[in-house]
Amino acid sequence: MPTTAPAANAFADVTASDSALRRFLHGLPGVDAVGLEARAASLGTRSIKTSAKAYAIDLAISMIDLTTLEGADTPGKVRALAAKAVHPDPTDRTTPTTAAVCVYPDMVATAKAALAGSGVKVASVATAFPAGRAALPVKLADTADAIAAGADEIDMVIDRGAFLAGRYLEVYEQIAAIKAECGDRARLKVIFETGELSTYDNIRRASWLGMMAGADFIKTSTGKVAVNATPANTLLMLEAVRDFRDRTGVQIGVKPAGGIRNTKEAIKFLVLVNETVGEDWLDNHWFRFGASSLLNDLLMQRQKLATGRYSGPDYVTVD
Amino acid sequence: MSEKSEQRLSVFKTYKLYVGGKFPRSESGRVYEVTDSKGKWLANAPLSSRKDARDAVVAARKAFGGWAGATAYNRGQILYRVAEMLEGRKGQFVHEVAHAEGLSKNKAAEVVEATIDRWVWYAGWTDKIAQVVGGANPVAGPFFNLSTPEPTGVVAVIAPQESSFLGLVSVIAPVIATGSTAVVVASEKAPLPALSLGEVLATSDLPGGVVNILSGKAAEMGPHLAAHQDVNAIDLTGADAALARELEIAAADNLKRVLRPRAEDFTASPGTDRMTAFLETKTVWHPTGSLGASGSSY
Repeated sequence: MPTTAPAANAFADVTASDSALRRFLHGLPGVDAVGLEARAASLGTRSIKTSAKAYAIDLAISMIDLTTLEGADTPGKVRALAAKAVHPDPTDRTTPTTAAVCVYPDMVATAKAALAGSGVKVASVATAFPAGRAALPVKLADTADAIAAGADEIDMVIDRGAFLAGRYLEVYEQIAAIKAECGDRARLKVIFETGELSTYDNIRRASWLGMMAGADFIKTSTGKVAVNATPANTLLMLEAVRDFRDRTGVQIGVKPAGGIRNTKEAIKFLVLVNETVGEDWLDNHWFRFGASSLLNDLLMQRQKLATGRYSGPDYVTVD
Repeated sequence: MSEKSEQRLSVFKTYKLYVGGKFPRSESGRVYEVTDSKGKWLANAPLSSRKDARDAVVAARKAFGGWAGATAYNRGQILYRVAEMLEGRKGQFVHEVAHAEGLSKNKAAEVVEATIDRWVWYAGWTDKIAQVVGGANPVAGPFFNLSTPEPTGVVAVIAPQESSFLGLVSVIAPVIATGSTAVVVASEKAPLPALSLGEVLATSDLPGGVVNILSGKAAEMGPHLAAHQDVNAIDLTGADAALARELEIAAADNLKRVLRPRAEDFTASPGTDRMTAFLETKTVWHPTGSLGASGSSY
């Protein structure tokens, strides 16, 4: 697995001071919003059928971070979700497992126990998710807690307040501190909450900021605000990871999260990946979907392809 | 405009499907020519595909909870509202039915009036059917034992081919009166009254998705509806013998309720058969506690 050490070195001068970092981020080329949206929309018109669709469905299932992030989560619900992650369709054992189960830190131990030996990873949100409004020591403790409980992946949120106020170095240092806490025990996903960043230019800046600070994954959103993952903001982030690898040789993953509810949308995202960054990213080590209801739709489509009959919600689990 | 033109350009109507409370074109983009009884072109109607049928089932399923959960009284009010709206657009329907079935104006007006009366008739049944087919059952134990009719869910309806309006309403109204939701495949050769009915339903307080109307070939959409795992019942009234047999076999897979085609006179009083065909009986046992010498332990 590529490490982030070379990247940190490559940008040592850029991240030396707040003003240098600001100069670098504001020096990134502006985003052509109309062009970006048109490109994302045109890639969404590809028709994916039969065997290609079957492949895409299985790939999408294997890329899901099956997520439950509710105040009402119980150990029972987390165990049920873990069982579903291991056997998404109990009637068809050829169905791949999902990539991970994503929970709050206090549920990590429960999820870890339920997933033992299955190969499905446990991801935990941390750093005062979803708002990220807490002091750094609290965020670090939150992260350490999740890792101690056995989390394989940490989904952190950036401090959007500091980012929007222009205190880029503060955001950078927070990400770097969390990354240091993760070390090589857990992969770090950095959530930008793109719906709160207002502009595409900001999303591009946040992407570079996160990647320079040592993110293993960049993730669109928490799923807790009105605008979550869209094809356009995901395309923009895919372009950022492509450019970053060209420049540094370090490959970073991308995770759109929230709002992807059906197979058709998921396949559109896979087309975006294939056409923007290529096959290197068509693997659940480098691309994930943060979703919960998406899985049921994928399973229903999978059953339709297998039997020729339209399936219904009675034939998948309620969650 | 200073000059009044002598001739006005015709404004043709684009007939569209009615799915989920909206008026989409067919997903396939296809249309077919609809002619009157003498073969003269009337309009182009959407030629729906299996994917339109799938979308309609999704819409019907989504609407089911709210519609089945509405009070019977409220459903009756809404059905009566449909009749009111139909009354207001009687002229349009007389015109369409006359062309579709080759009837005179007077004959067509009689058909449309009978159709409106049919809505009113079913509107009255919504809060009465439970008394007729449900009830309190005497049991040998300290229980209240109550049976109530419950709607079955999403019902696929192959509408009658010949009776394009009275027959259509006679198969839709009983399904929705009892709280199920419907996906209707309209008469293939005379779909226009059905597509216009969608416009009436859209303005009648009927929640979107309770009735979904598709035009096209029953033989094309029928097998997919019959095999669909999320459809709970199918009414084969408009299917010919060979198609009905095929669909009944496909429907057996998830134990759909099937209403077989039969010779039917839609002008006759319909009775409650069509309503009870799509009802399931739920029986609850409610403990009353042991009854002491004084009568009640409460």
